[in-house]
Amino acid sequence: MQTALFLSIVVLGNTFGEVAVSHAMKEVGEVRSFAFRSLLDFLRRAFREKWFWLGIGLLALSFFSQLALLSWEDVSFVIPATALSYVTGALAAKWLLGEHLSPRRWAGILFVSVGVALVSLS
Amino acid sequence: MTSATTARQRQWKTYALLVPIVFFSSAGNVLLGKGMRQIGDVRDWRLAELGALLVKTFTNGWVWLGIGSLLLFLVSFMVVLTWADYSFVMPASATSYALVTVMSHWALGEVVRPQRWAGVVLICLGVAFVARTPSSSRGGK
Repeated sequence: MQTALFLSIVVLGNTFGEVAVSHAMKEVGEVRSFAFRSLLDFLRRAFREKWFWLGIGLLALSFFSQLALLSWEDVSFVIPATALSYVTGALAAKWLLGEHLSPRRWAGILFVSVGVALVSLS
Repeated sequence: MTSATTARQRQWKTYALLVPIVFFSSAGNVLLGKGMRQIGDVRDWRLAELGALLVKTFTNGWVWLGIGSLLLFLVSFMVVLTWADYSFVMPASATSYALVTVMSHWALGEVVRPQRWAGVVLICLGVAFVARTPSSSRGGK
């Protein structure tokens, strides 16, 4: 029960956190130069986005729940099991970010999901 | 520059950034796992015990190495998301599952059953499918 609760917080916090960060990064705009100064400037702009901080907050919640989970479960169980967020992430990308998911991309995500289920159940 | 050239450049930029994303997320998780194992089970939820646990966690070298790796992962992840679809980057970065399984088997000595290896193979197949779709479905800023 404790494992299921922490796993849910890890998965949902991770999905909504990454979706919020993704939204913020699209607002910042495409990084075209990988020079150190350009990357610093990119980070400065990213840190001004409120969606970024919301995302970081959710990712932190997910991260600390994962730290706790790792203290009593194997890393080779925890990490594959948290991959449930690949399914919730695909749905969130479509519904919240409005991304186009082609049949091939869905097929890939389906393979990943089945693989994750196998990994988590074994 | 044609839009086809831009799309091709974005695809290669995305592949290139998936390398640090996969590496640092795998290394981060394995290092954190190693650190947390040294700290032990969280079974006592009283405030004083949780405080002591936090002190033990943040004075552990492996935990800090793990956090450092995860910060490098986060910056690479942020950069790639300025142009690439989240629905591309997220499943493509699942390659880290294969790495985590291999690294936890070798570095932590955990027993990995054949079913888990089969799951890892399926995940890799899925990643191969996703990697063959355009990484960005929008023009970008």
